[in-house]
Amino acid sequence: MIEELMPNVYWPEIWEASLDTLLMLGGSMLFTVILGLPLGVLLFLSGQSDRPAQRTLYNAISLLVNIVRSLPFIILLILMMPLTGLLMGTKVGLAGTIPPLVAGATPFFARLVETALREVDRGIIEATQAMGATTSQIIFRALLPEARPGLWAAATVTAITLVSYTAMAGLVGGGGLGDLAVRYGYHRYQPDVMWLTVILLLVLVQLLQMSGDRLVARFSHK
Amino acid sequence: MIEFEDVYKTYRAAGREIAALQPTDLNIRAGEVFGLIGHSGAGKSTLLRLINRLEEPSGGRIRVDGEDVTALDDAGLRRFRRQVGMIFQHFNLLSSRTVAENVAMPLQLAGESSRAQIDARVAELLARVGLEAHAKSYPAQLSGGQKQRVGIARALATQPKILLCDEATSALDPQTTAQVLDLLARINRELNLTIVLITHEMDVIRRVCDRVAVLDGGSVVEQGPVSDVFLHPQHPTTRRFVREAEHVDEGEQNDDFQHVEGRIVRLTFKGEATYAPLLGRIARESGIDYSILAGRIDRIREMPYGQLTLALQGGDQTLALQRLEEAEVTLEVLR
Repeated sequence: MIEELMPNVYWPEIWEASLDTLLMLGGSMLFTVILGLPLGVLLFLSGQSDRPAQRTLYNAISLLVNIVRSLPFIILLILMMPLTGLLMGTKVGLAGTIPPLVAGATPFFARLVETALREVDRGIIEATQAMGATTSQIIFRALLPEARPGLWAAATVTAITLVSYTAMAGLVGGGGLGDLAVRYGYHRYQPDVMWLTVILLLVLVQLLQMSGDRLVARFSHK
Repeated sequence: MIEFEDVYKTYRAAGREIAALQPTDLNIRAGEVFGLIGHSGAGKSTLLRLINRLEEPSGGRIRVDGEDVTALDDAGLRRFRRQVGMIFQHFNLLSSRTVAENVAMPLQLAGESSRAQIDARVAELLARVGLEAHAKSYPAQLSGGQKQRVGIARALATQPKILLCDEATSALDPQTTAQVLDLLARINRELNLTIVLITHEMDVIRRVCDRVAVLDGGSVVEQGPVSDVFLHPQHPTTRRFVREAEHVDEGEQNDDFQHVEGRIVRLTFKGEATYAPLLGRIARESGIDYSILAGRIDRIREMPYGQLTLALQGGDQTLALQRLEEAEVTLEVLR
């Protein structure tokens, strides 16, 4: 019955494309968190301070973040090609998609981290200071644990945004479900392939959102 | 124990210098409960936070146990802060940690005790505040009074010499307030801990404090033993606080006085004199009649006191006043 509904679907290809999407998502998410979390903490800390040097730092990072965020991802993908080549040794294929994906998602994630940290009650930071905590103790023992539900929510939104970015990564030969949808569904006019990829992407987004929501609930004790 | 020498604090806001605390001298003694009372914006919160330098002073010197804490470097300040516990109006417990983990936190940050030592200390602290059964609960599952008791246990974890209380009972209902104040008084007694508390309620001062300073507009306008300040307030701000605590409206009271004849006096009894059958005896001896216009019998910490406003009529009033002067009462002739 499935073959009648979707006569053009070649399952090994679907499988390969799904795997590519997951690899792009996993790889870029990993680096986005590694880079975006400290950047978000830096944004939060420098944004709280009233020392002129820190204000300047905040304004500089903030501007950089806004510049990257204002670029449409598809433009970023092309603009970054020389840098991608330097970093990965290739400008194309799966490896070639990771730097632009990370560059696109990191500022976004960093902003969400900053917002999540701002949600932490100022009084909790004050209480931790009053206990004689160092700045790193305040960050790792109070700020990040207290913000954990918000950080999981930020990671969930970022992962879902990355799913839609991976769909554009086909432009540089990254493969994946989005690429498949464009090539078969649009160029060859095989709507069944397009619909299947849409369904698979929907399932992926849904799974990400559900597990994200669970993690948020698991860590909130409010 | 805590000495302020010419300490002041100014903020820069919108290009203008705003004084949060005028140059202040203050001396808080070891083992006492010292109250700071003032309306919001009076500078009491700033003053409290200067002690553990959550606020940096703009000038002056603060000494604790002879040590100049304004001169401490970062590491010295962190070490010093471990000797100063602090509790807050909104408790400021970590929502991601259980009760036991919250209490353990100052010890973990200090990094000087083993896990077993921390566990033992936490159990002891939770027993002291009566929360053994809630060790594994999260703060969100507790009532306000329980949360504040967790706050107290946490503040005591590193065996501090000083406890700072930032409006610790302002978010609590009257009954819970009484329980928390009793706990603070007990800790003060049992651990000989110096407590500095800020509040906007004279009743809190009356129940637990030994001495009090009244703040208004960033300066200390009156200070002294609670029994003096509470029973004989001098500054208008202090008088307003006392009247609030006694639910007396001065305007109404003056109207009431218009309707009575004779001399109006206020008598203040302290300690055992509160219970002496003084008035009846003097009335019989001098032949005066008296009517009670206002009165209150209560306690300041453990000390009973009575304060009565009387109208005296007829009889030998000179003799009556003379007898009152001789007795263990403070006499003020209001009219």
